[in-house]
Amino acid sequence: MKQFLVFVRKEFYHVFRDKRTLLILFGLPIMQILLFGFALTSEIKNAKIVVVDYSKDASTQKIITKIAASSYFTIEHNILSYDDMDKAFKQGKIKCAIVFPSSFNEDLKHTNKASIQIIADASDPNTARTLTNYLISIISNYQAEINANVQVPYQIQPELRMLYNPELNGSMNFIPGVIALVLMIICTTLTSVSIVKEKELGTMEILLVSPFKPLYVILSKVIPFLALSFIDLIVILLLSNYVLGVPIRGNIFLLLMESTLFIITCLSLGLLISTVTNSQQTAMLISMMGMMLPTILFTGFLFPLENMPLPLQIISNVVPSRWYYYVVKAVMLKGLGLQAVWKQTLILLGMCFFLLTVSFRNFKIRLA
Amino acid sequence: MRTLKFLLRKEFKQIFRDKGLLPLIFIMPMIQLLVMPLAANFDVKNVNVAIVDHDHSTYTQQLVNKIGASGYFRIANYSDSYKEALHLVEHEKADIILEIPQNFERNLIRENNQKVFLAADAINGVKGSIGSAYLTTVLTDFNSDVRLKWVQPQRLGAVSTIGIDYSNWFNPLMDYHKFMVPAILALLVTMVGGFVAALNIVREKEIGTIEQINVTPIKKWEFILGKMIPFWLIGIFDFTLGLLIARFVYGIIPVGSIATLYLFVSVYMIALLGFGLLVSTYSSNQLQAMFVAFFFMMIFILMSGLFSPVENMPQWAKVISNLTPVTHFVEVMRMIVLKGSTFANIKKQFFIEIIFAVVLNSWAIWNYRKTS
Amino acid sequence: MEEKAIICKDLTKQFGDFVAVNKISFEVDSGEIFGFLGANGAGKTTAMRMLCGLSFPSSGEATVAGFNVFNQQEKIKRNIGYMSQKFSLYENLSILENIEFFGGIYGLSDRQLKEKGEELVNTLRLQKEAKKMVGELPLGWKQKLAFSVAIIHKPKIVFLDEPTGGVDPITRRQFWDLIYKAADDGITVFVTTHYMDEAEYCNRISIMVDGRIDALDTPTNLKKQFSAETMNDVFYELARGAKRSDN
Repeated sequence: MKQFLVFVRKEFYHVFRDKRTLLILFGLPIMQILLFGFALTSEIKNAKIVVVDYSKDASTQKIITKIAASSYFTIEHNILSYDDMDKAFKQGKIKCAIVFPSSFNEDLKHTNKASIQIIADASDPNTARTLTNYLISIISNYQAEINANVQVPYQIQPELRMLYNPELNGSMNFIPGVIALVLMIICTTLTSVSIVKEKELGTMEILLVSPFKPLYVILSKVIPFLALSFIDLIVILLLSNYVLGVPIRGNIFLLLMESTLFIITCLSLGLLISTVTNSQQTAMLISMMGMMLPTILFTGFLFPLENMPLPLQIISNVVPSRWYYYVVKAVMLKGLGLQAVWKQTLILLGMCFFLLTVSFRNFKIRLA
Repeated sequence: MRTLKFLLRKEFKQIFRDKGLLPLIFIMPMIQLLVMPLAANFDVKNVNVAIVDHDHSTYTQQLVNKIGASGYFRIANYSDSYKEALHLVEHEKADIILEIPQNFERNLIRENNQKVFLAADAINGVKGSIGSAYLTTVLTDFNSDVRLKWVQPQRLGAVSTIGIDYSNWFNPLMDYHKFMVPAILALLVTMVGGFVAALNIVREKEIGTIEQINVTPIKKWEFILGKMIPFWLIGIFDFTLGLLIARFVYGIIPVGSIATLYLFVSVYMIALLGFGLLVSTYSSNQLQAMFVAFFFMMIFILMSGLFSPVENMPQWAKVISNLTPVTHFVEVMRMIVLKGSTFANIKKQFFIEIIFAVVLNSWAIWNYRKTS
Repeated sequence: MEEKAIICKDLTKQFGDFVAVNKISFEVDSGEIFGFLGANGAGKTTAMRMLCGLSFPSSGEATVAGFNVFNQQEKIKRNIGYMSQKFSLYENLSILENIEFFGGIYGLSDRQLKEKGEELVNTLRLQKEAKKMVGELPLGWKQKLAFSVAIIHKPKIVFLDEPTGGVDPITRRQFWDLIYKAADDGITVFVTTHYMDEAEYCNRISIMVDGRIDALDTPTNLKKQFSAETMNDVFYELARGAKRSDN
């Protein structure tokens, strides 16, 4: 046991003496949380809009004032003609345009029917769609005002409630995903690289000829990373709770247990990578480049899984982070208990068990 | 010049003999480009609705049919229990709950006014709000249908309506691939160029050959140029391959001029390789270089507007975003490929990339010491 | 000998508090084989790196091939060859490709390169392996090849940092034949080594202890001076007092 502690301590020394490992271990998660929390928002604010007003009257003025007052739009004033508008779109200066025809006011007054044209830069379809929706609701709002004295019959009024996230805080969606991504990358990369490094330096042989059991050699490598990943997790949770205002609604103990399970799964994956590679560089490429892309794609926090073609949806089932992401969302944000996530937990347990068995067997084969 | 020839010949031989590097340079980017756009689809569709119907009238039946026929929605469940619907949301089987209260039809006709309740899973804010906006539109449509049936046209005449035409420029079919493919192409050129360059000089440091180079009378710029040209060519080659995939797999043909596109990529590659070489000169082994490059690439890519528009960022983040070469490249790719922007339109970004190229490379040359 | 190949006066290199090379002074004549001895960590490699223009001296003066090590490193580099402790040819290039590359960098013409390549392959009897990757060669051959590449441009001085480490006695003997041949061609050889029998092959040797040069003379004179039978004894005598050796 004492030997074992000596080994574990050695591993900690390795990690803390290398600035660049520390950068990946702590810098990366903190940076990602802050970026995702503050910078990367799909929430639209101050989109540049141009108003081409050929009518120039009281009613168009009212609509323009309403647009200007909304926090979604900023009106770009310098563009007056259609040609300017085209150029502005091509330079990427504006996201959408609203055009009032010269007969707007007349039509509205005399025929009760007028039309407006909205042009959106649909190269980004989601932004275009959202902006168009915002404009439509501003116009409907104006319409309701001018019709205030006319009673509209048979009105259905939808009442909307946003569950779990009434303020539409964008971090809510990202945080569980970032936790999954960060843990996945860190655990697999650091474990695989650190074991392969010993192989490369030849120190693994020394450890293996010592009276120390191979199992302990592996454990002594894995435990420090387990501990560090756990610290990472705590840091992320604290940051997201206190800095980004993402609540932990469910049982924190359950959340930590599930996270530990996920961390162990990733560590086993790192172990497996280390048994099939011989150079640090390959280990690194596999665990960073190779793992990064599937994790980002198939966890579901950036790209909705249900939009993917079926083969990709099937592939996504073998990515552990996908299941962990589900669990974090359920436990942390929706406040659900184990009865809601037992299936995902079992899947993770299964993966963990499988990876551990395979990597341990590989490790033994190498010894023989 | 002659020295450069020998350097280049050597680099190319080494690159083509490196079994680990070749797939990274040529195969991985192609797989990325084939898989990513399929997966990276933010398009909000297939919103799952759980309908809680306490009324069970003809109207609710019609409404349900209308929702089902709209194309955006999949009816995940139809019941009269909110609890059941909520359970579905908890298990991510449903995204939105539409709850129709008792006596919906009767109240609507008799009292002229009736509420319905929508509850959207807002953890994914975009999906929550776009989905509920769609649903509201369907409801409004349904509402006018009902009105038309009951109200004489003359009574409606008093109401002013503003009709809205909307055009979606540059991408009329709102095809998400069109938006993502150019950006992903930018991303993969960046990944390949950045990482490979970051690892290259440091590799010579690690195996010790750099010492042998340093005692020769080779000039610093010759050495850096000798490292840069091969990867520049590889970057351009990958880019071309990517454009071909975009053309033949996704049917995306750049609207703007191909020459402008290449001009921009050429300068961008120089800036990017400069960054990679800089990382290389600051690291003493490949592992460090990889960690550092990874860290920065992560920031560059996340901040580049690839996944979420730069305009939405707070001011400080916009500043950081503009300080990375990747941002401008992603932007220009989309501008030229989708909107057909001309050189005059992208002049600003072009000069910014030139500045990046000059600064990063001078820094790299300055920091590469033949004598320590 | 009309001119000194290396003149070194009070040359010092300091890394923070640690004085790696402490005011060393010596001169090397043209055409001489100069042995540079010392225990591990005595400062040999650091001193050599300063002379090759790979590292800036902290203080002192030195000229190599008539050029100042402080500000004329690039001129020095044109006149020297260097073979480092770590094997440093490209392992994924073939023998001929390495010759062509390094020769090309030193500005040899295409014809010279071709001739040199053939000549080298013949002297080293590597005709069959000429197209093989260097990484596949046994260590001894690699070392000989590295030496030949280091003098491919006929430098005035060649610096060898423990060139025969880990090589069997026969190959070492062959390696020294190459060194003698180079010296006959008028190249000054500056060599560090741990093997005392090799020290005997040098015209003169210096022995470094803790960053200083504690002895400098011909092998015969040194043995006389320390009244020792072999160079080994001389070395022990000096190294025993060292504070920072491994032992």
